[in-house]
Amino acid sequence: MPHHDVLVIGAGLAGMRAALAAAEGGATVGIVSKLHPVRSHSNAAQGGINAALNPEDSWESHAFDTVKGSDYLGDQNAIEIMCREAPEEILHLEHLGTTFHRNDGGMLGTRAFGGASAARTYYVADITGQAILHVLYEQLMKHQEVRRYEEFFVTALVQDDSGNVAGAVTRNLRDGAMELFHAKQVILATGGNGQVYDPTTNALVCTGDGIALAYRIGAPLMDMEMVQYHPTTLAGNGLLITEGARGEGAHLYNAEGERFMEKYAPNKMELASRDVVSRAEQIEIDEGRGFEDGTVHLDITKVPRKRIHEALREIVMIARDFAGVDITREPVPVKPGNHYVMGGIKTDTDGHTPVSGLYAAGETACVSVHGGNRLGANSLLDTLVFGRRAGARAAREAKAMVMPSASRAQLEHEKSAIEAIVGRERTGRRVSELHAELGEIMDKNVAVFRDEDGLGEALEVVKRLQEEAKTVATDDKGTIFNQDVLGALELGFMLDNAEAIVMGALERKESRGAQYRTDFPERNDDDWLRHITVTHNGSDGEVPELAYSDVTLTQWQPEARTY
Amino acid sequence: MSFDLKVRRYDPESGESAYWQDIQVELGPERSVLDAILKFKADTDNSLGIRCSCQAAICGSCGVRINGQSRLACNTQLGVASEEGRSKDGTIVVEPMGNMPVLKDLIVDMDAVHWKKIQRVVPWLLPEGEPPEREYVVPAESMIDITQSMACIQCGACVSACLSMEVDPEFVGPAALAKAYRFVGDPRDSQTEERLRDLAEDPHGIYDCTHCFACIEVCPKDVAPMSQIMRLRRRASGDYGIKDSNNGYGHEKAFVDIVRKYGTLHESQLLPRSYADGSLVKSQVRPDSLKQLAEGLPTVINGLRSGKVSPVKAIWHKKLPDQDQVRRIYHEVESRGERIELNLYIVGDEAEGDEWGPDAGAEAPAMGDAAEVATGPEAGTEQGAAVQ
Repeated sequence: MPHHDVLVIGAGLAGMRAALAAAEGGATVGIVSKLHPVRSHSNAAQGGINAALNPEDSWESHAFDTVKGSDYLGDQNAIEIMCREAPEEILHLEHLGTTFHRNDGGMLGTRAFGGASAARTYYVADITGQAILHVLYEQLMKHQEVRRYEEFFVTALVQDDSGNVAGAVTRNLRDGAMELFHAKQVILATGGNGQVYDPTTNALVCTGDGIALAYRIGAPLMDMEMVQYHPTTLAGNGLLITEGARGEGAHLYNAEGERFMEKYAPNKMELASRDVVSRAEQIEIDEGRGFEDGTVHLDITKVPRKRIHEALREIVMIARDFAGVDITREPVPVKPGNHYVMGGIKTDTDGHTPVSGLYAAGETACVSVHGGNRLGANSLLDTLVFGRRAGARAAREAKAMVMPSASRAQLEHEKSAIEAIVGRERTGRRVSELHAELGEIMDKNVAVFRDEDGLGEALEVVKRLQEEAKTVATDDKGTIFNQDVLGALELGFMLDNAEAIVMGALERKESRGAQYRTDFPERNDDDWLRHITVTHNGSDGEVPELAYSDVTLTQWQPEARTY
Repeated sequence: MSFDLKVRRYDPESGESAYWQDIQVELGPERSVLDAILKFKADTDNSLGIRCSCQAAICGSCGVRINGQSRLACNTQLGVASEEGRSKDGTIVVEPMGNMPVLKDLIVDMDAVHWKKIQRVVPWLLPEGEPPEREYVVPAESMIDITQSMACIQCGACVSACLSMEVDPEFVGPAALAKAYRFVGDPRDSQTEERLRDLAEDPHGIYDCTHCFACIEVCPKDVAPMSQIMRLRRRASGDYGIKDSNNGYGHEKAFVDIVRKYGTLHESQLLPRSYADGSLVKSQVRPDSLKQLAEGLPTVINGLRSGKVSPVKAIWHKKLPDQDQVRRIYHEVESRGERIELNLYIVGDEAEGDEWGPDAGAEAPAMGDAAEVATGPEAGTEQGAAVQ
């Protein structure tokens, strides 16, 4: 029965950064991941990572861009911390061996990115996330004292009698063995929940596990309605084309050959905030100026071919392999697609949640630095800065306390829940059918444009699917790599995520950032310059509770947002 | 469109041996083999095990063998795979990767092989002293150069396809050695010579590769592992003069010297020279080399018996008639201040040479026919294989 001061759940950038920081802080650390760490979805962050590191740039400028990008919903104290600590974090990664692009002088070089007033995005070709992920894994291989549990799935968090988090119940995917992991402090870093939608740029594993695990023990979820649609995803399968393409000079055209961003963001054009560009595209498509397959065209051919091969190599391969397009010669059809959740588990600036001993970092968390809309290349930064802060704080707390007692009852409960699923005869629809219906309704009604009726319908579907999910059965009755039972558990997690997303979207009766209500098309600072939290007490049939909290403003008062 | 797949199944809990399952899936030809498997799992039988996540060839989870070739299921299109199917009816054959134990269906034990080998090459940066206040200042090209190795997604396709590993399971292998180059080529690392010496001295190290190109051919990310191994060798022998006890250095030196002298390979000299640091007559032969040389004799005798080796031709090897051209090649290569390394991450698609800047110029010095050969037959083939 493993015991660790700090248990990290999830081993993408936020999780590995947290684990390394906690170990550096003198804690004994375990890191659990349902997939091998280098398979994590942090890989998919292609474009880069923001930091005001150039002498002519400033953290204030970075912070203001982030505040404006967030449509003033981001907490400015948290944003200040992130932007101030960004340069240090970039340098740390560089010192660990990240192969960041250099300028001619051999110093770190930058590229332009959306919503930014300076070129402050540091990058490794268009595999920035992958490069950093692999470098952090190198560090985990070096620091063997951090105990890795690769291909272990967490089914539930465990609390002691006074409500402190005391560990987690895990299932080893290799042999199905279930165990109670004891921990003084637990950090959730399981990434986002894009699989709630279909299509999505997110990997199959992005099922919102951490968000749901926290929700189930009463941690509040914040700003869950803020779901980013990325402007350039492939029409067929939702795969991502990096914003770096536009950063390198690619343009967007409608079917009439018009560079339509002139109408929507005359100054920043294609490099306006993502919510702005996605809405512009959706309007063009909805008003009949898109191409027949419901797309607009991203034209990268203007970028010199050598530069494309050097800086956008991954995109060359993705467009070639998955859309049959040679981006150096022809435009690639794109449309807005689900990409990122700005919301998540509510935390303070050290990643601590309102549940004692529980932390969250990265996409799982809502600190909140992204507010209503995340800027490109701020997500990697978020994972690293707040991953580190959570790890360091958790190590400090852990050293000053004894191991809380965790009862084995929860383990037995989880075991029997899984036995029930595996032992059940199929009477209803398959997990895949429920998942497909969820993805479809979310993409139809909880996407770029939303309204009361559509959201109401989505909530009904989610509620119905939650009931139906209680009866799902599996084809696989075994214990070794039973991915079927894993899928059933993930479906439950996704439905919890969907519930919070739709409830938040219904509640927010205004348009801000990624939330655009056609029935409330204006931003309304008087009533809605505040966070919405959704909290559940864990009991079945409980109606989740909605609450509000103020947005922290430091030096930037809300103003009209134009690009 | 309807596609037929034959998938290798294995359930370790059933007590039965592996078997083939026929699967039929309706999907467009542009969809992937992974899409077909996922559709089968979703609609019919979700007990089929396969690791997968991103569906975009970046997470490296879904390495399998399709029609015998190691690759990612997610970026192999059904239409393409069906046309190349070895069975005439277009059936697509999907099996777990090779050189690694199978855990279930298409899932192999990467920890037992792949990750163990990665750990073997000390896969983290070892800089000298404390880091600088700002970034390490290093040449821009050096970072682009090792980014080719950083582009590796650890999918294991090269490990699965590696013929040397099939013969010698202890071979450090293509993925781990490509990873090693990521540090050897990194100017921030302080252990370059130690790393090279370690990998040269290891009998299962850099000289265990047999240049079969399989890893280059199967790599879904154009990492070209074998090219990285060859670069490790050039760094070890050329830059550090590391004379390893496996005679890898001697073999390369013998090869180059013989071709310099004769224009083509004088095979009967290759073996003895290889075991004597490249020299034929100098008495540098070490005792362990003699033993290894003796162990090679049965192979020679077999060659003689089967007629593959003709004693007369082997001993009286003819020089190429025009030695000037050979000398020009050597001169062209050796007169350069720096060794030119081909790196596809920088060079990209060779056929597109028309619009390329100064970098491309460096790749093709203006020296007519001789220059084309001058970048070296080895270099040339590396590139040719990698862009196919």
